[in-house]
Amino acid sequence: MRGAKRRRRLVAAVGAALVAVPGIAACGSGGDGITVNVYKYNQENFQTIVDNCNKKAGGKYKIVYNKLPREADGQREQMVRRLAAEDDSMDVLALDVTWTAELAKAGWIKEFTGQVKSQVTNGTLQTPLDTATYEGKLYGAPDNTNVQLLWYRADLVSSPPETWDEMIKQAEDLVAQGKPGLIVGQGKQYEGLVVLFNTLVNSNGGTILDENGTKAIVDDKAVEALAALKKLATSKAIDPSFSNSTEDPARLLMESGKAAFELNWPYVYAAAQKKPDFAKNFKWAPYPSVGGGSSKVTVGGINYAVSNYTRHPDEAFDAVLCLRGAESQKTAAIKDGVPPTIKDVYDDPEMAKAYPMKDAILETLENASVRPRTPAYQNVSTVISTVLSPPGSIDPKATGDRLRTELQNALDSKGVLP
Amino acid sequence: MSHAVTETPGVTTETTADTKKKAVLSEGKRAERKLGWLLCAPAAITMIAVTGWPIVYSIWLSLQRYDLKFPDRVEFVGLDNYITVLSSPYWWNAVWVTVVLTVISVAIELVLGMGLALIMHRALVGRGIVRTTSLIPYGIVTVVAAFSWRFAWTPGTGYLSELAGGEPVLTEKLPALMVVTLAEVWKTTPFMALLLMAGLALVPDDLLKAAAMDGASAWQRFIKITVPIMKPAILVALLFRTLDAFRIFDNLFVLTAGSQGTSSVSMLTYNNLIKGLNLGIGSTMSVLIFLMVALIAFIFIKLFGTAAPGSDTGGRR
Repeated sequence: MRGAKRRRRLVAAVGAALVAVPGIAACGSGGDGITVNVYKYNQENFQTIVDNCNKKAGGKYKIVYNKLPREADGQREQMVRRLAAEDDSMDVLALDVTWTAELAKAGWIKEFTGQVKSQVTNGTLQTPLDTATYEGKLYGAPDNTNVQLLWYRADLVSSPPETWDEMIKQAEDLVAQGKPGLIVGQGKQYEGLVVLFNTLVNSNGGTILDENGTKAIVDDKAVEALAALKKLATSKAIDPSFSNSTEDPARLLMESGKAAFELNWPYVYAAAQKKPDFAKNFKWAPYPSVGGGSSKVTVGGINYAVSNYTRHPDEAFDAVLCLRGAESQKTAAIKDGVPPTIKDVYDDPEMAKAYPMKDAILETLENASVRPRTPAYQNVSTVISTVLSPPGSIDPKATGDRLRTELQNALDSKGVLP
Repeated sequence: MSHAVTETPGVTTETTADTKKKAVLSEGKRAERKLGWLLCAPAAITMIAVTGWPIVYSIWLSLQRYDLKFPDRVEFVGLDNYITVLSSPYWWNAVWVTVVLTVISVAIELVLGMGLALIMHRALVGRGIVRTTSLIPYGIVTVVAAFSWRFAWTPGTGYLSELAGGEPVLTEKLPALMVVTLAEVWKTTPFMALLLMAGLALVPDDLLKAAAMDGASAWQRFIKITVPIMKPAILVALLFRTLDAFRIFDNLFVLTAGSQGTSSVSMLTYNNLIKGLNLGIGSTMSVLIFLMVALIAFIFIKLFGTAAPGSDTGGRR
């Protein structure tokens, strides 16, 4: 009898909890105030930035950080799927620089205009702004940016190479002397290969797509870039698993002491500091140039966009301005190691310690290049990485022709994606 | 299949009784029939809503140029999408990859599954334990298992790749497909064994003992008695597994994500539909997969005489 009574009480308690919890949760997430839902990948110290912005908002709205999957494809898929279904619970989206055109063309994100626009453009580096611009309109606010540098071993290389050919020559000489002289980079069939190819084409003054992203060009200069990529991939000094290498395997091979040159993002610097013996000889230089003149390195990074289906556009734009403000960018740069897009942040004294290579980054950023801007970027990228894989089997002329045809099909949404 | 046999007499009398009475239906019978229709109507309507409508809708989408990235470019294009897909080398590569994966993995599964079924059937001690342990792979979520396979085959983190001499096997087409086949076989052999074991239960012990008395060897008993009696069960198992294997997605998605030309038709459809946002081309591919799966089922049921799951003649050929 007593047991039954207790059980009944327990059931009642659980029932009450079930009824009460959604009520409490609802109060927390909305209630009377406005919630701005931010969808961003998992950035370690982003919550700190959100908390600071919430303090600044002073109760006007509350920003909630929703974590997206780790992989870029997973992030894009989740956002795109929900946008296609006109989900009004997403307000601010952290987009990879290559997605802006696609989402803008589909009518899923809002244009930045007037006061907000001038606040975003004021003091922001030009190349990151270019990534957020489509058909002359601004659709995103650059949060962070990124460029690759040439990393090398100062104990093996006395003066860093300035050109692509020089780098290959130096590496081959080292290998011929029986020293560790490999070149490591990203040659796997994925976005990293597209980044490499885009850098080579732009540095050489070539074009992949026309200005509006509607026509495939792949001119002679781009074909020369294919030859440069092939030269690297077939060199005696290339990492044997180059055609399957992404950022991290490249970094690890460099840290293991087998390589002398590494083409990679600045995060490798922070990672190297865990190995003091290696770190003391680990130096950086601007990316080697390909067609003479300075190289035009492909820019990466994140732009904030405001969903077209948001119920609170004013608050969302306001939140974006804070989340990408100079103070937030400084926090992200120092704590999470992502390069800022606002020029002044680089001059902050605290940056010099966390970012000794900040001048090289800034210099590279001023000449950086943007990946083809087209709504069909996803398709374009898939076609490029498929056609160029493996880089060792590139036949510049034939590969160039194939690339042109398949890219045109992808742009016309006619072709089949591999 | 054992339950099918015990049920058969009842089923048969019912059907014959039904056909006889078809001509003259009493009022009560008619009302009963009407009630029957009414009772199953909600289920039938739900079925049509959740399966029929999506099929019709994807056929309709497949006849259009419809890319979510270009909302102002939607138009009716007739069979253009079918021409595009059927003339694409990527599609035919995917079809071949899928067919080869299906045939090889199902063949291996049949042999191993039969062996496992015999062991489970004959096990003298610890029958429950033997059956449970052999079902473990089937109980593990495919994606989880696929991840362990991927790590096992990745140089540096995996023990299997070290056995293979540290080669990155998942980065080349043929070795990668072999790993995918292995993962598929490991995963679904227990399911095959389970279906086959049900068939083994149909084989009367007396028959085998009588044959043994007549001097038939173990192999002869297996080929001449067990297999013919089990044939319906074998065909059903093959049908299930073939249809399933043809739609392979999860293992491939985790292990290679379709790189190096290892895409199956489902993988390719996913890439075009979900990643590429191309509803037209993607739906065309889904319709084609639907047709191919229907063709496989047709061949099994009409040509090999597999009993369609749920039909009255189950297990009585």
